[in-house]
Amino acid sequence: MTDLTTPSPAVQIRNLSRSFRGQVALDDVNLIIPTGSIFGLVGLNGAGKTTLIRHIMGLLRPLHGSVEVLGQDPIADPENYLKRVGYLTEEDTLPTWIRVGELMDFSRALYPSWDDAYANKLCDMFGLSRSSRLRSLSKGLRARAGLLVAIAHRPELLVLDEPSRGLDPIARSDILEAVIRTINEDGRTVLFSSHLLDEVDRVCDTIALMRDGRIAETLTVEHLEASYSEIICRPGEAWSSPPTHSGVFGWRQTGDEWSAVVESAGDAAIPDELAVIERREISLSRWFAARAGSERDKPEADTPGTSSEVTADV
Amino acid sequence: MLLHISSDGAPIYQQIVDQIRFRIVSGQLRAGDELPTIRGLAESLRVNPNTVARAYRELEHEELVEKRRTTGTFVAELPKRLGAAQRRRLIAPDVDKLLIQSRQLSIPLDELIEQLEKRDSQLDRSEARS
Repeated sequence: MTDLTTPSPAVQIRNLSRSFRGQVALDDVNLIIPTGSIFGLVGLNGAGKTTLIRHIMGLLRPLHGSVEVLGQDPIADPENYLKRVGYLTEEDTLPTWIRVGELMDFSRALYPSWDDAYANKLCDMFGLSRSSRLRSLSKGLRARAGLLVAIAHRPELLVLDEPSRGLDPIARSDILEAVIRTINEDGRTVLFSSHLLDEVDRVCDTIALMRDGRIAETLTVEHLEASYSEIICRPGEAWSSPPTHSGVFGWRQTGDEWSAVVESAGDAAIPDELAVIERREISLSRWFAARAGSERDKPEADTPGTSSEVTADV
Repeated sequence: MLLHISSDGAPIYQQIVDQIRFRIVSGQLRAGDELPTIRGLAESLRVNPNTVARAYRELEHEELVEKRRTTGTFVAELPKRLGAAQRRRLIAPDVDKLLIQSRQLSIPLDELIEQLEKRDSQLDRSEARS
């Protein structure tokens, strides 16, 4: 914090574990979100994303491990903390009886950094009318009202938990634009949790994949391209199950052809036995499908997928 | 700039490079024209600013654009002619696609060449008109 040359990370989580009624939700999570990044959090339902985000927002107290956001403990001084962050979830948490104008007035009173000109601009841009009650708005417009109050105080950290679920394409596009606009101001950070991998691919620079309550892998988008590729195999004689090779995983069969993800793109030699007919650039969704599946679904941790390969939840 | 970003296919930075390169090579963007700022383009395309920066670096590397200190990124005054081999490499995937498709449609190679020549002279004429 005192070091001005290298900004401290926006979020720093150490050894965070959490269970609910004996069910493990977070299992020794370590995570650093660098200041200035758009950080994507992906994983299947139940992987622990929302539990993790609730800790970051100070809605859950860490029982094991520690959470530090913007250099402070979210729980210790929530009033001061919440002024610095913006939060939007898929849930409609705003009171429905309130009018858009009242919501803006209320939020202005909460946030010292509230930017009136920006709020009005967003209100016009989103086509919101100050006099309408949230109850009377469409889901898309209610989401925009939520977005407005999440960003009009220009938060240092914007946290979006599945903001796009069930929204029309234009509302989703407005959210993405807000994400980019936030990051375009120096020193601001966005945490973006989503099942919509094409949106994650578009806006995020760094991606963390959660699986079974753990961070399975964290990588930058450029690193993803450089480290993985997809192979398409067409074996001469049908395979009853795909061959096992280290660094080749996430097998998926379609008719006579098999697809897998291989580590270290480029020069790594692929055994002839795999009968590779094509090597493709990796896509985020293919990598996700290969990586996101639960270890518990596999007979052995080392045996790369079976025919019950988990497909991307997109 | 109204670029189209599709969610499946080439990496996003590559899509940006291809479309800006096309605008420059086809003359829609002229020498000295200013490209949008990285942040501005990122916002309008809704893509990560690093991705736009990477695309601009690539275009700069190809010497199609140049960065002028403090002012911005401009279409290069004298776009360096790419070497013949480089140019062939750039067009190779499209040539392959064309060949495969014409085989599929049972168009013999000489007919295809004929069609290309005809089309080329038509393009010349329409260019002369404009």
